[in-house]
Amino acid sequence: MAYMRSVPRVWRERKIKYQLLGGKCKDCGKSFYPYRQICPACGSTNVEQVKLPEKGVIEYFTIVRTPPTEFKEYAPYVLAIVKLEDGTKVLAQITDVEPNEVYEGMEVEAVFRKYREQGPDGIIEYGIKFRPVK
Amino acid sequence: MSKVYVVGIGATKIEEHWEKGIRDLMVEVALNAIKDAGIEKKEIEAIFVGNMSSGYLQGQEHLGSLLATWLGIPGVAANKVEAACASGGAAVHNAFLAVKSGVYDCVLVVGVEKLTDAITSDATDALVMAEDQEYVAFTGASFVALNAFVYKAYMKKYQAKQEDIALFAVHDHKYAANNPLAQYPKPITLEEVLKSPMVADPVRLLESAPLGDGSAALVLCSEKKLKELQNRDVLVELAGSSLSTEIFSVHDRTDLTSIGATVKASRKAFQMAGVEPKNVNVVEVHDAFTVLGVIHLEDLGFAERGSGWKLLKEGQLEKDGKIPTNTMGGLKARGHPVGATGVYQVYDVVTQLRGEAGKNQVDGAEVGLTQNVGGVGGTVAVNILKRVR
Amino acid sequence: MKALFTTPIEKLLTKMNGLASILGWGAYIPIYRIETAEIARIHTKGGEKAPIQRKSVPGPDEDSLTIAYEAAKNALKRAKIDPKHVEALYIGSESPPYAVKPSATIIAEALGFSRKLFGIDMEFACKAGTTAMISVVGLVNSGIISYGMAIGTDTAQGRPGDELEYTAAAGAAAFLISKTRKDAAATIEHAVSYVTDTPDFWRREGEKFPMHTFRFTGEPAYFHHIENAAKLLMEETGLKPSDFNHVVFHQPNVKFPQRMGAMLGFKPEQMKLGLLSNEIGNTYAAASPLGLTNVLDNAKPGERILIVSFGSGAGSDALSIVVEDGIEERKGLARPTSYYLNRYKLVDYAVYLKYKGFILR
Repeated sequence: MAYMRSVPRVWRERKIKYQLLGGKCKDCGKSFYPYRQICPACGSTNVEQVKLPEKGVIEYFTIVRTPPTEFKEYAPYVLAIVKLEDGTKVLAQITDVEPNEVYEGMEVEAVFRKYREQGPDGIIEYGIKFRPVK
Repeated sequence: MSKVYVVGIGATKIEEHWEKGIRDLMVEVALNAIKDAGIEKKEIEAIFVGNMSSGYLQGQEHLGSLLATWLGIPGVAANKVEAACASGGAAVHNAFLAVKSGVYDCVLVVGVEKLTDAITSDATDALVMAEDQEYVAFTGASFVALNAFVYKAYMKKYQAKQEDIALFAVHDHKYAANNPLAQYPKPITLEEVLKSPMVADPVRLLESAPLGDGSAALVLCSEKKLKELQNRDVLVELAGSSLSTEIFSVHDRTDLTSIGATVKASRKAFQMAGVEPKNVNVVEVHDAFTVLGVIHLEDLGFAERGSGWKLLKEGQLEKDGKIPTNTMGGLKARGHPVGATGVYQVYDVVTQLRGEAGKNQVDGAEVGLTQNVGGVGGTVAVNILKRVR
Repeated sequence: MKALFTTPIEKLLTKMNGLASILGWGAYIPIYRIETAEIARIHTKGGEKAPIQRKSVPGPDEDSLTIAYEAAKNALKRAKIDPKHVEALYIGSESPPYAVKPSATIIAEALGFSRKLFGIDMEFACKAGTTAMISVVGLVNSGIISYGMAIGTDTAQGRPGDELEYTAAAGAAAFLISKTRKDAAATIEHAVSYVTDTPDFWRREGEKFPMHTFRFTGEPAYFHHIENAAKLLMEETGLKPSDFNHVVFHQPNVKFPQRMGAMLGFKPEQMKLGLLSNEIGNTYAAASPLGLTNVLDNAKPGERILIVSFGSGAGSDALSIVVEDGIEERKGLARPTSYYLNRYKLVDYAVYLKYKGFILR
């Protein structure tokens, strides 16, 4: 699984993943994650990189019970489409919570956590998850 | 530009083909389709192989050339076509373009996939490659999980109930029972579906297309070539073929309950074929999950938005209903060997148009439509076939 | 360095003395807890009384790095400075996720610190956090940098069935250190360290769990070093126990710090805010630092704090800290220690083992 052992891949993406960097289109106003040069809504290249808000609401969620290989030890876990305060939609895991406690509309906030490891001797991939705001 | 005809078809049963590798499957169906077309191998000028995961699961790329050699016709044009789970439909589309353009007169399309060479978690990894690796697969999303969001969005928006949508699986199995190539030729009940284990809430195991191996092939030829062939009673034309893409990630879309690529691809295909939804007699939709089957029917124009699920209850999808759908078992019961599915769908429709569907036969079937989806609608391939004789 | 500030007036005049200031502070404790009675249920069928009530347990997607990150974020919020001005990140821990590759590199990148950075992970058992603080104070005081962060963080491992399993916990505390300034939260007026070669608790390279020496970790280790460091500081500053409003000791359990306080002449009220071990266990390099964050969350300007850590091996750092006026407006800018203390979910022993990765699949 060469792609799973790739260090340069993880290194390239780290800033966007650690800091939840999105893009805001100066032409149509849409904001999206991750940051990319071309606006996914209108195709404009007039996009600026922005740090997205850290609070949001769960729009949809599901519970992953047959996970991909690197996530086996964490199953069952909650995956959700989170709508951030500025309307940006982000796909992320919901953590610090039992699956049966999650509901649509739940207020959540961003946290920095481990997502997976490239094996016991490989590097650790960190990223942003969300947890309930209390 | 030439008209395009489907003159030969071939397929294997979908199951765990422990004893047949990818090349064995490809060669078997290619030979069947070539024989069915009544031509010699050497008349094939180009090969398109639809497959999604041979590199990851078998360590094998370069399937086009591999098949050309193993078929005994090295030298022909050949390449692999990949569009995730729409690889088959995309391969058919590419073959259509090859013949329609007039550059090739006789083309072979093969769809093949061997998922059972891998353990389930590796197969799950392979399937999620249809999605954004860096920002979606990275979060631990499985392909099923992404479809779970679609399911929830649909139920919420239209107040539809899971027990009505899950009927799609029951429907598929009923027809698979009469399809000798089906992976699960056994009827199931709604209760069994609703009691099956949860895969990614609310999607249940028996609402999800199974993992399996299979291969299907078609021979397409031009008008010019047709004149050289023995006359068959029935002649099927590939009258419309189109491919469309959609915003890649589910969470970036504004409406999860509709797949724009289906709408776009089908409109193009309808126009090309000169037909409308009401002219279609038999439909194959890509029901990787029950709710998708419902959504596809709406996007294709066979049902009002939010009402697709009603067609099931009303029996409109039956072979004698208003829109006979998945009459050979669909993805859930006939099977879904990912890259091969798009070709199997055409195989199933041609079987219907030729009047060879046995107990599943739709009387007087003249026009058929297949819809093949990659990812959660990232790509959609629509092919429309007409019986012209 | 003789006593210069024994009366409030003198203290006011000499307010801008001191080594460096704490501009912001932050705490983080994972949400999960396990009752020690539950651990005892498994190992002794309730036979022994445990030294604390419950301890914190890191979630399966947490490690000492992610825990430190949130504490650091809270400290940054209180410091009210742009992260790109932070030029040092020193992390004290004995449980970093990488044996080689400092957590400092990842946290600095994640928080957007300057790339012109003095960064390092350091180990000195449970005193690594305060040592990190003193080191950053050194960088700031000498004028090499203007802002630096020090963190004490750990996800301590206790061998299942061992005594230490009852208390080995997880947590982090972070401090943003700057030059002395009027609007800071507090001023670090003096620091000392007392170190000897005392093998009371250690872990060999490659071993998963530490070794400890039972009663030897008491008098010759914990008590000897804390006593000496505290006395050394008081000697050098001319301060007495009664000059302090709060005192925080390293807290591997509840009895040790209480006894230490009594031995040195401190009263229970002085120790109250800084003693958290009963509710969260021993968070190792974050132990006394978290006691300090809880004190800062509640302290008033003008109050004086003594913090004395203890790290096995062995050594003690003692710091004398004076609270400044700037603390009031900074308190509310981030979640207090009490927020993390009071929000928790209990897990049973099986879930505890799963979260700590002890159940091999």
